[in-house]
Amino acid sequence: MPVERGDSPFVGKLKSAADLEKLKLTILSERDPGKPCITVCMGTGCHAYENEKVFAALEKEIESRGLSKKVELRGTGCHGFCEQGPIVVVFPEEIFYCRVKPEDAAEILSSTISENKVIERLLFKDPLTGRKFTHESEIPFYRYQKRVVFGRNKSIDPKNIDDYIAEGGYQTLAKALVSLTPEEVIREIKRANLRGRGGGGFPAGEKWETTRRAPGEKKYVIVNADEGDPGAYMDRSLLEGNPHLVLEGLILGAYAIRADEGFVYVRQEYPLAVENITLAVKKAEEYGLLGENILGTDFCFKVKIRRGAGAFVSGESSALMSSLEGKVGEPRPKHINTAISGLWGKPSNLNNVETWANVPLIIDRGWEWYSGIGTENNTGTKIFSLVGKVNNTGLIEVPLGTSLRTIIYQIGGGIPGGKKFKAVQTGGPSGGCIPEKFLDMPVDFDSLGELGSMMGSGGMIVMDENSCMVDVARYFMSFLKSESCGKCTSCREGTGLMYDILDRITAGRGSKEDLERLEELAWTTGNTSMCALGKTAANPVLSTLKYFRQEYLAHILDKKCPAGVCKALIRYTIDPEKCTACGRCIRLCPQQAIRGEKDKPAVIDSDRCVRCGICREACRFEAVLVE
Amino acid sequence: MVTVIINGKKYQAEEGRKLLQVALDNGIEIPHLCYHENLSSYGGCRLCLVELAGRKKSSLVTSCTLPVSEGLEVKTDTPQVKKARRLVMEMILPQAPDSLRIRVLARELGVSAVSFPSEGDGCIRCGLCVRACEELVGAGAISFASRGSARTVEPPFAEEPESCIGCGTCVVICPTDCIKMEERDDERKIIRWKRTLKMKSCVRCGRPFLPLAMVDVITRRSTSPPPGERLELCPDCR
Amino acid sequence: METREIDKIIARYNADPQEIMAMFMEIQDKEGYLPKSALSYLADKLHLRLAQLYRLATFYEAFNLKPQGDHQIHVCMGTACHVRGAPQVLDKLQQTLGITAGEVSSDGSFGLKTVNCLGACALGPVVVIDGEYCGHSSPLKMEKILKKYKKHT
Ligand SMILES: Cc1cc2nc3c(=O)[nH]c(=O)nc-3n(C[C@H](O)[C@H](O)[C@H](O)COP(=O)(O)O)c2cc1C
Ligand code: SF4
Ligand code: SF4
Ligand code: FES
Repeated sequence: MPVERGDSPFVGKLKSAADLEKLKLTILSERDPGKPCITVCMGTGCHAYENEKVFAALEKEIESRGLSKKVELRGTGCHGFCEQGPIVVVFPEEIFYCRVKPEDAAEILSSTISENKVIERLLFKDPLTGRKFTHESEIPFYRYQKRVVFGRNKSIDPKNIDDYIAEGGYQTLAKALVSLTPEEVIREIKRANLRGRGGGGFPAGEKWETTRRAPGEKKYVIVNADEGDPGAYMDRSLLEGNPHLVLEGLILGAYAIRADEGFVYVRQEYPLAVENITLAVKKAEEYGLLGENILGTDFCFKVKIRRGAGAFVSGESSALMSSLEGKVGEPRPKHINTAISGLWGKPSNLNNVETWANVPLIIDRGWEWYSGIGTENNTGTKIFSLVGKVNNTGLIEVPLGTSLRTIIYQIGGGIPGGKKFKAVQTGGPSGGCIPEKFLDMPVDFDSLGELGSMMGSGGMIVMDENSCMVDVARYFMSFLKSESCGKCTSCREGTGLMYDILDRITAGRGSKEDLERLEELAWTTGNTSMCALGKTAANPVLSTLKYFRQEYLAHILDKKCPAGVCKALIRYTIDPEKCTACGRCIRLCPQQAIRGEKDKPAVIDSDRCVRCGICREACRFEAVLVE
Repeated sequence: MVTVIINGKKYQAEEGRKLLQVALDNGIEIPHLCYHENLSSYGGCRLCLVELAGRKKSSLVTSCTLPVSEGLEVKTDTPQVKKARRLVMEMILPQAPDSLRIRVLARELGVSAVSFPSEGDGCIRCGLCVRACEELVGAGAISFASRGSARTVEPPFAEEPESCIGCGTCVVICPTDCIKMEERDDERKIIRWKRTLKMKSCVRCGRPFLPLAMVDVITRRSTSPPPGERLELCPDCR
Repeated sequence: METREIDKIIARYNADPQEIMAMFMEIQDKEGYLPKSALSYLADKLHLRLAQLYRLATFYEAFNLKPQGDHQIHVCMGTACHVRGAPQVLDKLQQTLGITAGEVSSDGSFGLKTVNCLGACALGPVVVIDGEYCGHSSPLKMEKILKKYKKHT
C-alpha cells in the first residue's frame, strides 16, 4: 500500500470558493516543483506485474539513503500503457521507465536521482524501429493521443485529495456554484454536445434536462461503473486513477439537475476502484465538497457507493436501478424513461463514468473549447482499450473521429509478429467485427453504427489472421446466452439456439441451411426482445456473416478452419525440417501423444492429440505446425 | 378514459390499463402466455407483440406491458407481427413439446413441427406460477433462479419449500401443465417442487380434502367472520 | 456461521433490505460462500422471502452457494483473453485438476471458475489465483503455477 503522505495542512470543512483557493495555494506553497518525485503506477495492470514490490523497494532505497525529505515517492493512477508495466516516471524531467523490477530501485536512485543519468535499459524500446524514448510524450503510443480526460492520472495520487486540489481540482465546482445557475450548467453541456460514453451516445445535456424538468422534489444522479463489456476497462482506470474527477462531474451534475442524492454503482470485481472511490467520497465529505451546504452554499448532496455483483445485464440503466433497490438486476420495460421515473420511481439521471469525467473539463474550459475537439456531431475525446493482437496494448484517448488505422497502426504499432490484420471488434457483445476495408473510417458513434457495429463503451479488440471469426461469433454468443437475464423467450432461447448452431459449425458439423437459420434467429432475437442486450445480441453474428461469410463456408463446406483455431478442424504436426529432436515437446505433452527417437524428428499421433497447444508453445524452433 | 386505436378502430379505455387487456376486453385476440388478468404483467413470453403505428421504423412491443394513453395506435395483425409471433413460437415449442395447449397455440400461429432440438422439461419460464404464488397466495415459495439460458423456476436450493402451502394455484395457472399434483391417502404432493403435505380430513365423511398448511394460513388470515365450519367440512359435505 | 456474526452485519447496514447484496458480500467474505442457514436467518431478520434471497444469490455471478476450494482460480473469459488463448488455458486447468469450471477439485484444494472480463486486457490471457493476477498465462505456465500452489497446501 502506498504510504499516506503528509495529510493536508487543513482540517475541517471548506466554507467558500475562497477557502478552496486558499487551500490550493497552501498545498502548492508546501510543494517544491523542482523536488524530484518518483511516481509508480498503482493501477491494476501494473499490479499484475508486482508494482507493489517496486514501490516498496523504492521506498526502502529512499529511506536507506536518507532522502525521505528530498525525494518524493508517489503512487499514481494508470498511464494506459499497461503492457509495459510496472511504469515508473521520474519528475520533474518526466523520465519514463517501463517494465521496472524491484532490483532496479537502487539504480534509479543512484543514477537518475543522484546523478541525473538516464538508465537506457529501462526506457521504452519501440518493437518496430528499435528506437528508445526518454519521455512519455515522444513514444508513438502516446504521440497520437489527446489525453484530456485521462491525462491527470499519471501525476496525481488517487488516494490523496490534495493532489487533485493542487492541480485545480474542484475549482470548477466552486466556480459553477458561485457564478452559474443550474440551467447555465446544462446549457453548457448541451452546447458542448457531450454524448454518453457508456455505449448509446445519447446527448447527456438532454437527459439532464429531462430529469431536471421531471416533476418531483427527490431526484437521483447515478454513476454507471458496472463496466461489463468484455475487453473494456477504461472506467476502471478512471475510478482507480482519478476518482475525484468523476466525483466532481457528478456533483456538478447533481447541482444542475437539483438532485440531492447520488450513487456510484461499481463492480465488486474492481476492488481497487471500489477502494479509491470510497476514499474519495469520504475525503470530499471531510472537506465540505459533499454533504450539507457545499462550499457554504445552500446546495446539499450526498453520495453512496454500491457494489454490483457481476451480472453484465445489470449495467443496463433500468436493471442497474433495480439492483440499487436491492432487487434482481434485470431490465424493466421502459414505457416511461428512467430519467422521469427511475430509482424508486423518482427521476434519475444515469451516466457512464467517462461521461461524468468529461463534465468538469467542459464547465472549466467552456463548450467552444470542447467542441473544437473531435468532429461536429461527435465532440470531445473517447478512451478506448486497445487490446488483442496489437503491439502496443493499453488504454488510449483520442479525439472522436480518429481513424481506425491511426489507432491500430500508429498508436497500436500494428500487428505483432508480422501477421496480417483481419478485423477489429468494437462495441463489446453488442458490437461487431470490422474488416480491413473500413480501416479508414472515423471512429465515432454514427460511423460504427453504420458498419453494423457500435462504439459501445470503448473496447477495441484487434484480431489477426490467427483469429477465427466463427469462433469469435461463437464466443460472444456463449457470453450472451449466459449473460442475458433470461426473461424474454427470444433473447434467452435465441442466443442459446444461435450458440448451438455456431458451435456445430466450429465442430465441423454445420450445413448451409444453418446460415439461413442463423439469420432468422438473429432477426427474431433483435426484433422481439425487450432490452438493448437482446436487441443487439445478434450483431456479432450478423457482422461476421456479412464480412466473413467465406470463413463460415470454409468451416461448413471444406471442413477447415482457415485461422487454425477450431479444434475439431485442425491437426497439429511437426515440421521434420525444423525439428531438432530436442525432445522438449515429448516430455511436456500431457497426452503422451508425441513420439520420437534420438536424432529423429518427433511425430504427433493425431488420434491421441487433444490440441491443447502445449507442444507449440514449448517448441523453441517453431517446428509445431497447425493445419 | 382515453381513446386508443387498435387496427384502425377507436376504443375507449381506462388510462394506464395494459393494451393487451383492453384488446381482450373488446374481443380482439392477441395470443399470450405469461399474462394473467389478476397478476402484475411480466412481458417474458414475447407472444403478445403488437406494432406501434406511426413510427418511422416499425417497432414491436409487448402489449401486456404497454400502458394505454390518449391517441395510442397499434396494429395487432401486420405481416411483421405475424412473422414475429411465429418465430417466437418456434422458440417456445421446443421447451414444452408435450404440452397440448402449447401445441395447439403453435399450430394456430403457423408452427407445425418442433424445428429445434428439444430439451424442454415443459417449463417455458413464463413466471405465472411465481407471480401467482406471491401475489395471489402470498406464500412466495418459489422463484426464478440463475439467469440466461440457465434460468429456471424452482424452490430455494431446489429443495422442498417449507413455505409452500400446497394450494395448487401454480398447478392451475401453469399454461403448459408442467406442474403436476398428486393426492394419495392423506397426502398431497406438488411433484415439480418436491413438496409433500399432510391433509385435513372432513369431520363428516372422513375424506382428506385440504392441506393442513392451508388450514393454518386461512385461519390466521381470516379475521371476521371466523372460518369455523368451512374448514371442518369438505366441499361436498358443506 | 454464527448468528451473532450475521447480526453484526445486519446492524452495520441498519437492517436495510436495499443493502442485501452488500450483506451477502460480507457473509461470503467470511465463509467463502453463502450457507443456506445464513440465508434463512437473513430472510427471517429482514422479513424477506427465502425464495427472493435465493433468486438474488443465483442471479449474480459473484455469489457461491457451495463451499469453495482452498485456492480460488479464476480464468478471465474476456474477449481479449479469448483471442489470446484463454480457452486453451482453461482446458489445461480443467484437465489437470480433473474438474470443469464451476467445480471444486476432489481434495478440496482448488476451485475453478471462469469469470467475465476482469479489465486487465492488456495482460491477457489473465488467470487470478487467490487474488493474485497472473498475466500472459499459457497452458505451460499453468502447470508450473499449480505445482507451486500444491506445495503450499
Ligand atoms: C446489457 C447492457 C449492459 C450495459 N452495461 C453498461 C455498463 O457496464 N456501463 C455503462 O456505462 N453503460 C452500460 N450500458 C448502457 C446503459 O444502459 C446506459 O445507457 C448508460 O450507462 C448511460 O450512460 P451514458 O449516457 O453516459 O452513456 C449497458 C447497456 C446494456 C443494454
Ligand atoms: S432482452 Fe434479454 S436481457 Fe433484455 S430483458 Fe429480455 S431476456 Fe433480459
Ligand atoms: S412452471 Fe409453468 S407457470 Fe411456472 S414458469 Fe414454468 S411454464 Fe410458467
Ligand atoms: S403475454 Fe406479453 S410477453 Fe407474454
